[in-house]
Amino acid sequence: MLGVSGFLHQRRFLSCAAGRDLPSGTLFPGRGTGLASLWRYVLAGVGLAALLAGILAAVYLTAPQAPRLAGSEMAGSEIARSKKTANGLFVASFEPERGVVRQGELQSWLLTLRTKAGTPVEGAAITISGGMPQHRHGLPTSPQATDYLGDGRYRIGGVKFTMSGLWQLHFAISAAAGSDTVVFNVLL
Amino acid sequence: MCCSERWSKLNRFSRLFALLAMAVLAGCGKPEFSDAEKKTIASLALSALPPLKADTTNRFADVPAAAALGATLFFDVGMSGDGKVSCSTCHKIDRQFQDDLPRAVGVGRTNRGTMPLAGVAHDSWFFWDGRRDSLWAQALAPLENPLEQAGNRAAYARYIKARFGERYERIFGPLPDLSNVPANASPVGSDAEKAAWNAMSDAQAEDVNRVFANIGKAIAAFERSIAPPQTPFDRFAAALDTGVQAPQGDDAFSPEEILGLKLFIGKANCVTCHSGPRFTDGSFHNTGVPPVRGLPPDRGRIDAVAQVEADPFNCFGAFRDGDASACGELRFMVKAGPELVRAYKTPSLRGAATRPPYMHAGQFSSLNEVVAHYSKAPASVEGISEIHPLQLSDSERAALVAFLKTLAE
Repeated sequence: MLGVSGFLHQRRFLSCAAGRDLPSGTLFPGRGTGLASLWRYVLAGVGLAALLAGILAAVYLTAPQAPRLAGSEMAGSEIARSKKTANGLFVASFEPERGVVRQGELQSWLLTLRTKAGTPVEGAAITISGGMPQHRHGLPTSPQATDYLGDGRYRIGGVKFTMSGLWQLHFAISAAAGSDTVVFNVLL
Repeated sequence: MCCSERWSKLNRFSRLFALLAMAVLAGCGKPEFSDAEKKTIASLALSALPPLKADTTNRFADVPAAAALGATLFFDVGMSGDGKVSCSTCHKIDRQFQDDLPRAVGVGRTNRGTMPLAGVAHDSWFFWDGRRDSLWAQALAPLENPLEQAGNRAAYARYIKARFGERYERIFGPLPDLSNVPANASPVGSDAEKAAWNAMSDAQAEDVNRVFANIGKAIAAFERSIAPPQTPFDRFAAALDTGVQAPQGDDAFSPEEILGLKLFIGKANCVTCHSGPRFTDGSFHNTGVPPVRGLPPDRGRIDAVAQVEADPFNCFGAFRDGDASACGELRFMVKAGPELVRAYKTPSLRGAATRPPYMHAGQFSSLNEVVAHYSKAPASVEGISEIHPLQLSDSERAALVAFLKTLAE
């Protein structure tokens, strides 16, 4: 219904534009009626675009709540794969060892630790916890730092995400430079 | 002339415009499923089920002769203490390999419901609480449980040698000499069976355990062939995936089923745990399901951790084939935490509509009761329920039930 009345309104607007053919022609001296009708098409095009935008806006605004909720929940939790630790002691990055995150599979991830100056952090003791804050449950597995691969890179084994949504992994890091923590968000 | 020309042009344009507007309205005004919903629906379809991974802990898992022997053993009532119970007593072949009972009845009455077996080989953990970590280790537990098959491993080894010796040896190699092994002996049996077990030499115990483990490996090889069948939902999902138009004819869903599907993957949050083509995340959750009055306390996953760690047939044990790289689930298992209390494995929902009652001890007799529970989300008697009240209307709850029925043949 709304669409139809919108269309009727649009058509009236177009009739008006047609009625003002002459003044619009004076705006383009030396151009014939052919071009004036082209101008009408341009105007009509603009009108059509406006209507489309209106419909899209209506669809967007009346869309189910879920996507917008997810967006607002995400507001305070960025998805960066590399960040400074809480007290700025280290720069940590966290990524899947094979590049892709697969739901429901045990995977190894790599935690890379560097000092602010960019020196790789060696011999760090790392403990991992986490879960899904929106579902009040922890991780389905107990990931552990299983290997040191050199150059500040630690293999984190046993990472598994069993469902889609926002996951958080908390790392407590203890090294010669001191102890610090970092939280990584993973959105599936 | 000029004016009428203009009018006809305008008319033509208007018609074109009207057509465009209608097309836009038809397309966007009331979309059946968003792209995100379509993606989720595709992830639930049976066509998204990956091929069964090799089980390197059981080198006989895909040996046809082992599966055939496993099938024989699965249906053989000789595989029990009283000669009357087999795996198939509770895992009934014509009933989705379950028994329609609230709690399984073998030689005695158990405190948990029989789980159906379709697609079971895709699991990482077995039983409602995950107290075993492989399909072959799982198959051994009921054989010695006094409430299920109520036998003992020495008797099973001797029975295999007497009854299926030739078939066994063609698959697993020579059987050990069991002539000096007691008729009844097991480390987990009655006092007399335990005493008999403790009197055996280490070599004898190892021999019996090896035959016992191979019984489990044969049964697991058979169970790997039990796959979930196509359902109306899968036909709907396939049609939705390929077509630009809504699924038609036999593939179509009623408006109620469509609403139920939308709720399942949306507002009702079912898909958070009932995810993937088997409608399960394979993990353990406390959803506030009430205990059954009169049964002993049941704490779910928290009490299963020690059991799977102590199982000599677990992935770290001596009877695993292949290397320990297959043991990731056990190695990285969560061993403690409040979320394990009264947590149970998410069951697959495929075929669930035609196999009441529901939950780990048959607490709910109908899908209506199940959906009402998840809508209300009562607190757990122990531990913390992960689910939140949904405030579903009567028609929304009915729509969810209608959708769940599309997951059964």
